[in-house]
Amino acid sequence: MQGLEVRGLSKHFGGLVVSENIDFDLKPGARKALIGPNGAGKSTFANLVTGILTPSGGTIRFDGEDIAGLDEAQRVKRGIAKTFQITTLFPRLTVRENLRLPVLEREGLGRRMFARADSNRAIEDEIAALIDQFDLGPLADRPVLDLAYGQQRLVEMALSLALKPRVLILDEPAAGVPSSETHLIIEAIERLPRELAVLVIEHDMDLVFRVATSIVVLVQGRILTEGTPQEIATNARVRELYLGGAHG
Amino acid sequence: MTRPFVSALVILIAAVAAFFLFPYNLAFLTRILIMIVLVLSLDLVLGFAGIATLGQAAMYGAGAYAAGLFAIHVWADPVAGLLIGALAGAALAALSGAVLMRTQGLTLIMLTIAVAQICAEIANRARPVTGGADGLRGIRPGKVLGIWEFDFIGITGYWYALAIAGLVFAALFVIGRSPFGLSLRGIHESPARMEAIGVSVYRRRLAAYTLGGGIAGIAGALSAQITQLVSLEAFSFTLSAEALIMLILGGTGRLYGAVLGTVIFMAVHHTAAANDPFNWLFVIGALVLAVVFFLPSGIAALPTSLKRLAKGGRHAGS
Ligand SMILES: Nc1ncnc2c1ncn2[C@@H]1O[C@H](COP(=O)(O)OP(=O)(O)OP(=O)(O)O)[C@@H](O)[C@H]1O
Ligand SMILES: [Mg+2]
Repeated sequence: MQGLEVRGLSKHFGGLVVSENIDFDLKPGARKALIGPNGAGKSTFANLVTGILTPSGGTIRFDGEDIAGLDEAQRVKRGIAKTFQITTLFPRLTVRENLRLPVLEREGLGRRMFARADSNRAIEDEIAALIDQFDLGPLADRPVLDLAYGQQRLVEMALSLALKPRVLILDEPAAGVPSSETHLIIEAIERLPRELAVLVIEHDMDLVFRVATSIVVLVQGRILTEGTPQEIATNARVRELYLGGAHG
Repeated sequence: MTRPFVSALVILIAAVAAFFLFPYNLAFLTRILIMIVLVLSLDLVLGFAGIATLGQAAMYGAGAYAAGLFAIHVWADPVAGLLIGALAGAALAALSGAVLMRTQGLTLIMLTIAVAQICAEIANRARPVTGGADGLRGIRPGKVLGIWEFDFIGITGYWYALAIAGLVFAALFVIGRSPFGLSLRGIHESPARMEAIGVSVYRRRLAAYTLGGGIAGIAGALSAQITQLVSLEAFSFTLSAEALIMLILGGTGRLYGAVLGTVIFMAVHHTAAANDPFNWLFVIGALVLAVVFFLPSGIAALPTSLKRLAKGGRHAGS
């Protein structure tokens, strides 16, 4: 199968079961959302898929290949990337330098010692295009730590996209962003390449309903249900468990 | 393009001027140049890659003993000796780094100290080979490039050390701006993000540590050839710690800081120790405190800090 195919995935930390028997598919071009209460195991799921964490059981296949044995860096090379729930950038480097790093590494040029990092025309053009795509033009040569939080979240996405992934997991892209700026994040997600498979983990329901065509609900490490936004919005158990709660 | 060039030219002119201004202090000036090479290696490892170490002397000592033994037993050619020193430093860094680069923070610092201590102990025990506590004597380096003989005033030694320090600086300058250099800064800023963009942080750090070890080895080899002596001090904690203080004084991650910090530390050491052999450390201590409090990015950042201050801008030196 093309894309991501997760079967029977589980993870426990000691006695704490954080993921239990998760089946999950993500096909090229998909726009899925993963929702669930705090501590449901959403980030853990993302970390299992990207190789940051090692599963306790189950299989993860990508384009038919079992990738369970690959480490994080190797999975990135296969085309699986994620953004961080807590902004994880190179704070003292400029936006441009932040983006230069993933592009250079993707191209396998990151170990070069005797060429200037900024001397490759094609790579610099690509970085400039990314900066345009995320409307970061005026900030391109400022250190990331000077940027407003919402803009940092955009850099967070741009950095992962610079890897030209085929699967992109966005872990709460709008977390901490003032609601007046959430539309910037939504627009950025809508502008992602069509063929890219996207999984958005998010508490912000406006965002979820805007970008996702399919929603997976995770509760206490288990998938409660999966469906279209309409189905999820009208699902009584979901309403009761989640939508009616603090994050509605 | 031109600003680094101008700065490099200024440093070079200062080095040439120093030769003529202090003709009776050539040994001391040469010592500064050798320390600059060591501190530059530390800047690569700590300043760029953010690898916390208090054991850079291990690779310096390895380079010194390797070059010394090579000159005595194999070939007296100084340049070949430097290469041997570089190889020894790099090999030790690669070997120890294979374990050390898996650790971080305090653990890493303790292990770097331990490696240098172990090296010192081995050199001490291997008395028949290394001369033990008496030091390795009888190093008689040949002519530099077959042309310049080492003289007892230290003229050849000075220019030789200056040439090597200049080459090391230039190489690190190029590497600093390269993709590799950028990736080291990336690791310094966020190892987690580097992994997430597909980099094996361990391997990249090991590469940086090995390269830094090679450069420290060159510094040690230089010292062995020019002073014609290697003592156990080459592995000492004091040397590692002083190199670190010099780097912090000057400012990390910008190469010029390593040069400036070394010159200032050595000059203060030289004059203060001559005036008051017991309390000179207080002067250095006060200097370090002043820099840490008022110029957290080091003395090399002073112009930038002043500019910001004049503009009424952000916190100085940040
Ligand atoms: N390394 C770890 N060791 C032990 N427990 C962990 C670890 N990581 C996560 N957990 C626990 O696993 C559970 C799920 O955490 P996870 O971060 O995946 O939740 P989440 O759904 O992303 O929550 P949020 O919406 O708050 O981001 C939590 O109870 C958390 O405390
Ligand atoms: Mg989470």
